[in-house]
Amino acid sequence: MDNYLIAMATIACVYGLMTVSLNLSWGVTGMVNLGIAGFFGIGAYTSALLTTRLGWPVVAGVASAMVAGALVGAVLSIATLRLRDDYLAIVTLGFAEIVRLVALNELWLTNGSDGISGIPAPIPRGYGYGFSLAFLALIAALLALAAWSASRLQRSPYGRVLRAIRDDADVTAVAGKDVVRFKLKTFALSTAIAGAAGAMYGHYTSFVAPDLFAPLLTIYIFLALTIGGTGNVKGAVLGAFVLIAILEGSRYSAAFLPELSAVQQSAVREMVVAALFLLCLRFRPRGLVPERMGAAGE
Amino acid sequence: MLDVLTQVAQLALNGIMTGAVLAMPAIGFTLLYAVLGFPNFAVSGHLAVGAFAGWILNTHYGWPLWAVVPFGFIAAGVLGVATQRVVVEPLRGAASITLAIASVAVALLIENALRFGFGNTLRSYDLPLARDVTIGALRFGPQQMQTAAVAIVVMLLLFALLRYTRLGRAIRATADNASLAAVKGIDTVAIARLVAFVGMGLAGASGVLLGADTAIDPLIGFRLVLAVFAAAVVGGLGSIPGAVLGALVIGIAEEVSTIVLPSDYKSAVGFLLILLFLTFRPRGLLGERRN
Repeated sequence: MDNYLIAMATIACVYGLMTVSLNLSWGVTGMVNLGIAGFFGIGAYTSALLTTRLGWPVVAGVASAMVAGALVGAVLSIATLRLRDDYLAIVTLGFAEIVRLVALNELWLTNGSDGISGIPAPIPRGYGYGFSLAFLALIAALLALAAWSASRLQRSPYGRVLRAIRDDADVTAVAGKDVVRFKLKTFALSTAIAGAAGAMYGHYTSFVAPDLFAPLLTIYIFLALTIGGTGNVKGAVLGAFVLIAILEGSRYSAAFLPELSAVQQSAVREMVVAALFLLCLRFRPRGLVPERMGAAGE
Repeated sequence: MLDVLTQVAQLALNGIMTGAVLAMPAIGFTLLYAVLGFPNFAVSGHLAVGAFAGWILNTHYGWPLWAVVPFGFIAAGVLGVATQRVVVEPLRGAASITLAIASVAVALLIENALRFGFGNTLRSYDLPLARDVTIGALRFGPQQMQTAAVAIVVMLLLFALLRYTRLGRAIRATADNASLAAVKGIDTVAIARLVAFVGMGLAGASGVLLGADTAIDPLIGFRLVLAVFAAAVVGGLGSIPGAVLGALVIGIAEEVSTIVLPSDYKSAVGFLLILLFLTFRPRGLLGERRN
């Protein structure tokens, strides 16, 4: 396989982890996470710092990134879960900005806008082509594991409660379910997955910097999930791959507009992404793979 | 000891000036929330549009600040009505969260359109320089005083509109209960568009004032947006007097925080207050008790 395609597939798998995460919170449970870029950043920095500064093995770094993502997700959701869903949106959006602010300003820890380089990989980079292939296999396996667990969870009685919460939290509470507890656990699980995505990204490229998790990243993930279809894991994973195809395609089509400056080209790309998202919401809100509404007990 | 007191007093004064400018987009945000029922994150983009519209008139045609502010209001307001019609209205019936996410995309679209046209460079308004006025040990910047005064005039006009006119009563009725208002013969779609005009207009006008005070670039609104949310949440989401009070609280807290925190973390103060209020007093300082 072409090196370029392998690299794109690897990035698509990283994005796939984030769409699976967002599907769990927003698609299944109805909790919107507008700070998914922030959790990606938390995961990326946690694992990068532990493996470069303290020499931890990559596996321990990624596991810690998931724990960090889950803890921060739990703290943020505790403040808002008893309130209308809008509040979680406001808090998570603000949170992503704070993560970027800290990453930019705490030079002693994060190296500011220069970022952290030399992050180790779980497979020796010296293998070249072999490294790329092995890493793709690894991240694909991880994505498959996350997707499989998420779809098992979704089909379980637990998942049925989550969908019930999304569709009507009051009725679910009356039916005797502890809505706040379900939401808290699910949100923490989803932010743990986003943390893992960030950590894996750092170990793949060996470099993390605050630019990586600009708010645009969050919009990318929402776009991917909306294209694929919210509420089901297949759509989430498919959406990530379609998103990468769109992003890469727009990179090539930018070559047809050579009279534009680099800033203008990136502005056009971002406008295209935002417009596509709005069009999807309007004309195909259920995505390429619509959620199947199974009969009770299925 | 006296020095510290003067310093705190000076910072509090700066905070009140900041708060006065912050109050306008905060009122816009909270008004939009009350009537349309979702947090409209596109205020940041509309604020930037107002800032750039004012900048063009000021630097290319030499209009003074007081004349530019209404223009920034109208430019952002008209855009607000356009996004209301093109994006929000077709999605009616969708969950409020879907609309909130759509508004983030709208902000991204607007900010990148500005970036396409103007690039990332910082630009400043062309305004006469003036010396600071000192009263006792406190310094007053004439530019800041002017912007704070304009902000206060705009807010008084809005209060008058909401309190004393038929239209204002219709807006308040729609905010209270849209279906009841519709039953009483109020055209709630028209009211929603009017509110989009006023709410986004307020953001645009504050963009002009901010631009006059500092410098502008396409992300001017984005950088402020956390403070705007904080003002609205601290005051009580949906409450207009709350947004004003919240803006003053955030303005003062941000300035005073610079005694102990590096000034890069000013916007973190707003976030911290959001978390504190949502945990301990989610209806904010002046919000109504509702679920």
